[in-house]
Amino acid sequence: MKKQKTRSWLFALLLMPALALAEGDEAEWTNKLKNQYFAGKSVEESNDIIEIEAPYRAEDPALVPIKIVSKVPQAKDSYIKKILVLVDKNPYPYVGEFEFTPDSGKADLAMRIRVNTYSNIRAIAEMNDGRLVMTKKFVKASGGCSAPIGADLDAAMQRLGKMKFRLDDAVKIGSPNLAQLLISHPNITGMQMDQVTRFVKKSHFVKEVRVSFNDKPILTAKTDIAISADPNFRFYFVPDQAGVLKAEVADTSCESPTSRDACTAGSSYSETYTVNP
Amino acid sequence: MRFLFALILLASSACATAASVLSVTEVAPGVYVHMGVHELPDTKNHGAIANIGFIVGERCVAVVDTGGNPEQGKSLKLAIKHITSKPVCYVINTHVHPDHIYGNTAFKGAGVKFVGHEKLARAMATRGTYYIDKAADQLDVKLSASDIIPPDIGVKDHLDIDLGGRTLKLTAHPAAHTDNDLTVYDEQTDTLWISDLLFIEHLPVIDGSLKGWLTELKTLESHPYKTVIPGHGPIVKDWPKSMQPEKAYLEMLLMEIRAMIKQGKYLEDAVEIVGYSAKGQWRLFDQFHRKNVTTAFAELEWEN
Repeated sequence: MKKQKTRSWLFALLLMPALALAEGDEAEWTNKLKNQYFAGKSVEESNDIIEIEAPYRAEDPALVPIKIVSKVPQAKDSYIKKILVLVDKNPYPYVGEFEFTPDSGKADLAMRIRVNTYSNIRAIAEMNDGRLVMTKKFVKASGGCSAPIGADLDAAMQRLGKMKFRLDDAVKIGSPNLAQLLISHPNITGMQMDQVTRFVKKSHFVKEVRVSFNDKPILTAKTDIAISADPNFRFYFVPDQAGVLKAEVADTSCESPTSRDACTAGSSYSETYTVNP
Repeated sequence: MRFLFALILLASSACATAASVLSVTEVAPGVYVHMGVHELPDTKNHGAIANIGFIVGERCVAVVDTGGNPEQGKSLKLAIKHITSKPVCYVINTHVHPDHIYGNTAFKGAGVKFVGHEKLARAMATRGTYYIDKAADQLDVKLSASDIIPPDIGVKDHLDIDLGGRTLKLTAHPAAHTDNDLTVYDEQTDTLWISDLLFIEHLPVIDGSLKGWLTELKTLESHPYKTVIPGHGPIVKDWPKSMQPEKAYLEMLLMEIRAMIKQGKYLEDAVEIVGYSAKGQWRLFDQFHRKNVTTAFAELEWEN
């Protein structure tokens, strides 16, 4: 018995470096992603520009709430232009690319994503002067990309394309106001399908989200299958007067969940919200 | 030590070759149930956690859920042989969850019809790959696509099946616990095999529609069944009394999440706050509650 105990200790000790390695695993980034997205460019690592908030262990791998918090204001002469979000170990690591403007007020962004396995989530901010700053967060999740497509698929299909804006606080002119955009879309990864009975043939997901205020862009996103069903984004905008928030969304359908070579354009949806401070 | 190891090896290989007879209880005349355990499916219980069983007619037997792994399916088959010489003619799957369908393979054969909700086949197809991957990691059960057996007969609304002198009335429900829940009513004994529409002691798990589930409970509550067989928990002889804790939990979620949405709170806030007053009342609360809040929140945020 005693011997067995010693052995399990030994086993645990042997395992530990492996686990530690999993958390600090930079292989996907160093060997592939860095060159794929930033070939020949230098990317500094720091939490001074943006930082990621995410649960260390995800309750539901298909619906992991993450928040990117910016540490610098969106000034006219110095601002975060773009944030690329990647999940290293997802079958298709690209989550989305999110463009902000000084009219965004703050380059904060909250959304729900799919995480397929224990992985780093990384966000790379590109400043308007071209400087690249990366932050990352390790999340324990499993099976987010092949997970069942929502609890009630028919209900989801019936509401497909429905959208709503939610602004919960009184809108203040001249300062950043928080807005939430809810998009009803199953955002099918194409990885749920069964080889025998193909009920769900292809990936079918939101590929573009454009939010503007009085026609000035606030948030422009190119998104992919790692966005959870019923995409949900929270972001800021600075109104200079009363006006209209507008969201324009387009989806697509691709033959393979992990290649974007053969895709067909889908439908477009739009929604507006009148802001009266 | 080595001797012990050899013994374990022997025991496990014996397990793999000859399934043991599953213990079952006759809860009403001709209605047999194997009582599950309140555990998370894992590599020790191999997913065998749910209440499963069978109903014997004059001509043949209907199996109601087959268990959490192929071995448990075999054990259930042996239990049936132990009790009756009548053949199995129907295998009813009450919904898509692994603890109810992974024993299906044991019953495949001539003369056996698999029956499920009309949406069960789609649910099996969309979840199949994911389930098979997870079975190896989480249950230490080796499964292939051929172990996920879709129904031969899909039930839309209602279907009566005849076991010879005994009619089972099957009802396909709108989305509730899952989007493919099927209940089995045995007229002869006034028994409702409600399966996972009812959890007792084990925290209810939402994988369909919170609102839909409450609607179904309201309808079912008005009928005074003599015996009700839940998917998890003891046999009910005082329906609808034993169902009240589940209803109260689901109603609380509905109320508290609606209130949070109205206050402009987000999902991340809701999972930290909603429903914790029920924590002491349920087994496996920590394992399923946050997931329930997440699923329900995603449903309710689309209410107008």
